[in-house]
Amino acid sequence: MSQLPLRAQLASALGRTAATLSRATGRGDGSVIGGRVGLMLEPDLLRQLAADRRLALVSATNGKTTTTRLIASALRQLGEVATNAFGANMPAGHVSALSSAKDAPYAVLEVDEKYLPEVLDTTRAGVVCLMNLSRDQMDRAAEIWLLAQKWRRALAAQQTLVIANCDDPLVAWAASGSSRVSWVAAGQRWREDSWCCPECGGPLDRKGADWACRECAFRRPTPSWVLDGEDVIDPRGQRWRLDLRLPGQANRANAAIALATVAAFGLEPGHALLGLREVTSVAGRYTTVERDGRSLRLLLAKNPAGWLEAFDVADPSLPIILSVNAQGPDGRDTSWLWDVDYRILRGRPVLVTGERRRDLALRLYVAGVPFQLCDSFGQAVAVLPPGRIDVIANYTAFQQIRTEFGRAE
Amino acid sequence: MTSHIRLVWIYPDLLSTYGDQGNVLVLEQRARARGLSVETVHVRSSDPVPEQGDIYLIGGGEDRPQILGAERLRKDGGLHRAVARGAALLAVCAGYQIMGSVFGGEEGQPVSGIGLLDISSARGERRAVGELAAEVDPALGVPTLTGFENHMGVTRLGPGVRPLSRTIIGTGNGDGTEGCYAGKVIGTYLHGPALARNPALADLLLAWTVGPLAPIDDTWYQRLREERLAAVIPG
Repeated sequence: MSQLPLRAQLASALGRTAATLSRATGRGDGSVIGGRVGLMLEPDLLRQLAADRRLALVSATNGKTTTTRLIASALRQLGEVATNAFGANMPAGHVSALSSAKDAPYAVLEVDEKYLPEVLDTTRAGVVCLMNLSRDQMDRAAEIWLLAQKWRRALAAQQTLVIANCDDPLVAWAASGSSRVSWVAAGQRWREDSWCCPECGGPLDRKGADWACRECAFRRPTPSWVLDGEDVIDPRGQRWRLDLRLPGQANRANAAIALATVAAFGLEPGHALLGLREVTSVAGRYTTVERDGRSLRLLLAKNPAGWLEAFDVADPSLPIILSVNAQGPDGRDTSWLWDVDYRILRGRPVLVTGERRRDLALRLYVAGVPFQLCDSFGQAVAVLPPGRIDVIANYTAFQQIRTEFGRAE
Repeated sequence: MTSHIRLVWIYPDLLSTYGDQGNVLVLEQRARARGLSVETVHVRSSDPVPEQGDIYLIGGGEDRPQILGAERLRKDGGLHRAVARGAALLAVCAGYQIMGSVFGGEEGQPVSGIGLLDISSARGERRAVGELAAEVDPALGVPTLTGFENHMGVTRLGPGVRPLSRTIIGTGNGDGTEGCYAGKVIGTYLHGPALARNPALADLLLAWTVGPLAPIDDTWYQRLREERLAAVIPG
């Protein structure tokens, strides 16, 4: 890549110093503060750092971090990749990621949904991947129809290649603002936010994976990539067995998007899969930790669609611990608990903990799911006999558990 | 009085943004716990609203679905006929605003409501987001309301309705009151699963339909209420 202007070089270097200091003083991984310092010194830094790289942006309600990791892991076979692996997904995090790998010819950035239009406009990324949109932390997140509209306008204004999930009607509507879309049939498990046509508000008729508006011409675009069970079928019709080490249908969907994305960078599925299969856990998700003879598998679920995905991965024969908080990053409003169908847990030992355990307790009581309330995560673990245990937690509850176990990957 | 309850959930495809299903589930659970049989109908916005229901529920939504919902309810007329017949209605957040004469659209433009409550709403200056607690009109015999609000609406009550409650914490209608009621129609800004934290309000809707109710095990409801009220009300 070409040489950065002197001011940008300085801003980038000072940002990295701030990040190092932040890490050294135990304040976190430093990616946000480093980026902030850089942007303060050179507001145009993100554009300059992104220029002359082959850049993909990844956005969705769920699966951003994992898909970013899958794409980065595959692209490393082509060369060095700059990426925000720690989930710092706003411009400061992007600056930090690009600045710490300043010679990397490739970059993959996870982008917060609200920031996608701004980051796309600034970076002019060559590729944008969009997986899904669903209700999420309504007290602070954007309303999703509005968000889809902003995506649509931003994409219409760029020449970017869009890799989009055609099975999610809101995503399909947002992506179809662009004239260059590679459609991926990656599936859609959570459908409660897409019963109505995003174009005209009419009812969407669904038949299997297909959908079409009853009142206007908007319908599911024809995919060129298809996720079919354990396999992905590429645009030439060739079938590839995924054999991921990450579990669950949601991760197979993420992998299908990742394969379509890296194909745009010239990487064939056969090679790409070697990279995808190296990913075993993402920021502690899906990892197993040990304590007193108990093996706890940690699953993160931040919103109703995420809980459906976690239930898909959880083993029905095992006891399960559920932990829910409502701090800022979780959303302070626990209403979403009522959108999750917990009845699937009937018949398993269910332990309930977290700062908002009473909200979850009432939710389970009304759903007719027997449970035991525990004052702490440690108590919940101790109540269960040695053996395997699944754990589902929302964001800060998940971080608390990871901290307790020393953040082991 | 009947031992069978017909619940009608209006337009979950448009107006069910965040946990609105909770109100349906709580009413079902509290009715069944008293040996009442419950039949629930989910009415999509492309379908007519049945007129023979006992309790109608309508939830919250974004601006565009709210406008679509109001248009379809007005054209359909089923909810008007049900309320005129004496059915009970709980309207939440965007659904509450729809019940009035007018509410604010995406750009703040006035949009016609369906006129089931004597209220008018407009878009306020800033979004009210957070916990809400309010003392309920003593005539209703319901203890302190607790819940979460998330809206930009300011609602003015006309002489045809009474305030549901007076706020202790939170914004509500914007004038120190929260929600309103008239006859068996209740409107509130407590969004999503408002009845989960206010089981007495659920029982009020049920009692309007079937008469006096036997007490039931309220442990989990009360534990959540106590925690939330203690967390938000100072002192």
